[in-house]
Amino acid sequence: MVPLSYYLVLSGILFACGVTGFLIKRNIISIFMSIELMLNGVNLSFVAFAAHWQQLSGQVFVFFVMVVAAAEAAVGLAIIIAVFRTRETLNIDQVNLLKL
Amino acid sequence: MSITLFIIVSFIKIALILFVLLTAVAYTVWLERKVVGRMQNRWGPTRVGPFGLLQPAANGVKFLFKEDLTPPHVYKPLYIAAPMIAVIFAVTSIAVIPFGNSVTIAGYDIPLQITDVNIGLLVVLGITSLGVYGVALSGWSSNSKYSLLGGLRASAQMVSYEIALGLSLVGVLILAGTFSLRGIVDAQAGHFWGFIPNWFIFRGGQIVAFFIYLTAAYAETNRIPFDLPEAETELVAGYHTEYSAMKFAMFFMAEYANMITVACIASLLFLGGWRGPVFGPDWLQAILPVFWFSLRVFVFLFVYIWVRGTLPRFRYDQLMAFGWKFLLPLAIANLVVTALIVAVT
Amino acid sequence: MLHLILFSVFGLVCVAGAVNLLLQRHPINSALSLVVVMGALAVEYLLLGAEFVAAVQVIVYAGAIMVLFVFVIMLLNAGEEEHTHGSRVAWLLGLPGMLAVTVLICWGLIQDQTSSVRIGELPGHPADIAQLLFHQFLLPFEVTSILVLIAIMGAVVLAARPESVRETKREH
Repeated sequence: MVPLSYYLVLSGILFACGVTGFLIKRNIISIFMSIELMLNGVNLSFVAFAAHWQQLSGQVFVFFVMVVAAAEAAVGLAIIIAVFRTRETLNIDQVNLLKL
Repeated sequence: MSITLFIIVSFIKIALILFVLLTAVAYTVWLERKVVGRMQNRWGPTRVGPFGLLQPAANGVKFLFKEDLTPPHVYKPLYIAAPMIAVIFAVTSIAVIPFGNSVTIAGYDIPLQITDVNIGLLVVLGITSLGVYGVALSGWSSNSKYSLLGGLRASAQMVSYEIALGLSLVGVLILAGTFSLRGIVDAQAGHFWGFIPNWFIFRGGQIVAFFIYLTAAYAETNRIPFDLPEAETELVAGYHTEYSAMKFAMFFMAEYANMITVACIASLLFLGGWRGPVFGPDWLQAILPVFWFSLRVFVFLFVYIWVRGTLPRFRYDQLMAFGWKFLLPLAIANLVVTALIVAVT
Repeated sequence: MLHLILFSVFGLVCVAGAVNLLLQRHPINSALSLVVVMGALAVEYLLLGAEFVAAVQVIVYAGAIMVLFVFVIMLLNAGEEEHTHGSRVAWLLGLPGMLAVTVLICWGLIQDQTSSVRIGELPGHPADIAQLLFHQFLLPFEVTSILVLIAIMGAVVLAARPESVRETKREH
């Protein structure tokens, strides 16, 4: 028996790590992975609440999040490849053509 | 059954199955060399033991005592981890595969399977889908162009064919109504029209799914005619070019263990698992299902080798086009037809 | 008790993997630590009884999405991350603020020890999930299928080389 709050804290820590990675990482692929980490953190809280409220719909939501994450990964990685092809860099600071 | 006894029995089963699996891997290599040799009008291994039967042991000793070379430019942590990843995931997937019904020893009913889980088939698919990391990482960490090309080809190929592979199994799942491998075998009991066994390959057009599965599985295990990742005429040896001694042997073991897993899944899902005529005294009745199961696995391994001895290699764009433009639509069509049949009847 | 031990072990693996993702400078190491996080999360799902979600987590996340990441890292031959300072605001305001909010939320959550979950209380059998998915959530399901279709087409359009580039390449 584990308090529900432990799961939520774990999910919160994962989400925070994702946000931190999003802020400090300079490589586009690493930033993208941080976003995936955030999604995973949220998924954990969905499943934990599903167990707590005895509602399977929480698990169905995780399923949807995964599908969206898969679609996002496909498009995002295609964008990264396109960026790399034109800019020849993966550093987010050097993709700044629109910046003043 | 008490918890201690359960743990002891589980450990014995794990040790036994691991031993059988690794022996089977070693002797599949022997079988392949022998059969391909005969197909090419050669003898195959003959020197070590009768019919070269001790050749696997000699190979093992050779791999153990060879110098383990680490090229200077590799990325060491991943270079060392990659073969381990490959072999661990290849061997782990055997854990949920049932080999027979169950045997009664000293009053205890022991199922012939390490563990029976509700989602057995998904576990196998998940673990085998992780095996691609071993190949991809070995290709990348070797820091060699042949390895990198092999690794890239392998990861693209395995991700592409996994879709067709997964979809081809859905038809069977619709008919069986369960993910449990034991449940799927139980759903194939009996006969229809009096004599045809109730195997899924004979029902609802699943023979199409069977061939999709077999083709996709050949691609998943990187076997001829889909062995582009290690195409020796163009890539030296593909992703394991830079490996030697035991690390190379690990990739070898992983490949053959994957072949055996694929053969097990095909027999369980399409050919009725361990079903077959059972007769004779009690001990024979306990052994015979395992024998029928092994027979099916053996036939599949033989077909693997047969195909290797027969077909030439695909070109890479042909491979991708075949996977995406032929196998995938066919698998979806099969799925739709099966669903309609189940819905109507 | 066993539940708590398993939860803590795999929770620690999760957090260690997530922190390692931040510390590693090479994207492939980050990607592999993310795979570890996902594997450990699958175990946490199993502990919560969500067996189908755990299996899908391994197959879809670890087996497909992350393979795609590793594939792209290999394809683009991404090297070590360069040390550019990036946005100062992110370092000076973003990080401390985020840390403070996280600590606050976690501290608030940990106050409530009364509600708890047990192993196997809500078994997420595939059949039950399918029942829900294809009845109550049928419309969202169909909408996501369209989303996936659009994503596939978008990926193909984005990743394909423009026709003009291909022509010039061939002439050389």
